[in-house]
Amino acid sequence: MAEDAKPRVKVPKSASVGEAVTIKALISHKMESGQRKDAEGKLIPRSIINRFTCDFNGANVIDVAIDPAVSTNPYFEFDAKVDAAGEFKFTWYDDDGSVYEDSKSIEIA
Amino acid sequence: MHRTAKSIAALALGLALTGMASADPVEDTLTVETDDGPLTLTTMTSAPDHLTDTMDTIWSGWHYREDDTRDMERDDFDNPGMVFVDRAIDSWNAPQGVKGESCAGCHEGPESMAGLRAVLPRVDPESGKLMLMEDHINSCVTERMGLEAWKLTGDEMKDMLALISLQSRGQPVNVAIDGAAAPFWEKGKEIYYTRFGQLEMSCANCHEDNQGMMIRADHLSQGQINGFPTYRLKDAGLLSSQQRFIGCVRDTRAETFKAGSDEFKALELYVASRGNGLSVEGVSVRH
Repeated sequence: MAEDAKPRVKVPKSASVGEAVTIKALISHKMESGQRKDAEGKLIPRSIINRFTCDFNGANVIDVAIDPAVSTNPYFEFDAKVDAAGEFKFTWYDDDGSVYEDSKSIEIA
Repeated sequence: MHRTAKSIAALALGLALTGMASADPVEDTLTVETDDGPLTLTTMTSAPDHLTDTMDTIWSGWHYREDDTRDMERDDFDNPGMVFVDRAIDSWNAPQGVKGESCAGCHEGPESMAGLRAVLPRVDPESGKLMLMEDHINSCVTERMGLEAWKLTGDEMKDMLALISLQSRGQPVNVAIDGAAAPFWEKGKEIYYTRFGQLEMSCANCHEDNQGMMIRADHLSQGQINGFPTYRLKDAGLLSSQQRFIGCVRDTRAETFKAGSDEFKALELYVASRGNGLSVEGVSVRH
């Protein structure tokens, strides 16, 4: 597990049926590109989050492939249409095989 | 007639250019969306008594930054500095001392630190030394936890500064400048007005005489430190006041004092006192 990887998400507590809500998701991660060299001139191996997904009640909302050009602490903001109360599940996939998860529930107002 | 019109046009153009060169702080209000609801901060107020001869109003550096940067500070989620606060919460709870001591073990939650940022630096009544927040943290780390002192400008130190400062967000800066603090404050004031480096510039040359003007592409603020530690977009990381002082003095092409030196401690007290009355911004966002 990469050091200091810590997810943060923001989802409104409630929404009306059919409303598109704004979701913000961030994970702290150094996103080492694999192109940089250390003080001794050796290549620092690539270590990034390569995929991010968000599911709502089992249905996929967004599935993002991430490449090395994405900078430190990748941050995604997107809209999702809410038809019923339920739970947003967020998953980040690390190059080293680790998976980070977070979830937030939303109610219908 | 024609000539008059022309000179008026030239005059108007001249005025417009002057207007641009002295880009004054932006009139705006900082209300932050926090987990506990919106919090409005005092980012502009009348100058403390000791400054009234020099200026009427003190402005947080927030007013001098561009729209996008100001907006990032309005929402804790958009504030990249909060990542470091999260990291510090882990460190706060982690048993890292030689006998498994943690910050939480003695101090319980970080909210027990509320109010501390607003009154630091201050003189420790027992030792008579001027204490920065870094000094307080390191005295815990070395004396209570039995560890090597944290590097003053290192990541774990700055993370912790961010977490502890955040607990005082919204409270007015109120450092003591009289009594035991007076000699330190006088020393800090002297440093503030002393010209350093090959460029022979003092803090006051930029942040007092020319605040609001552009220095190449940078907008000179009053140099207030109520928002420190700050998330600096240029560094994609946190910056403490001590680091900022090093950066400023270095920019005058001088050999700088060290972080945590007596000189920079005194300077931090003096600069903090120039912001007495502004809200602690916890982790602010700057260019």
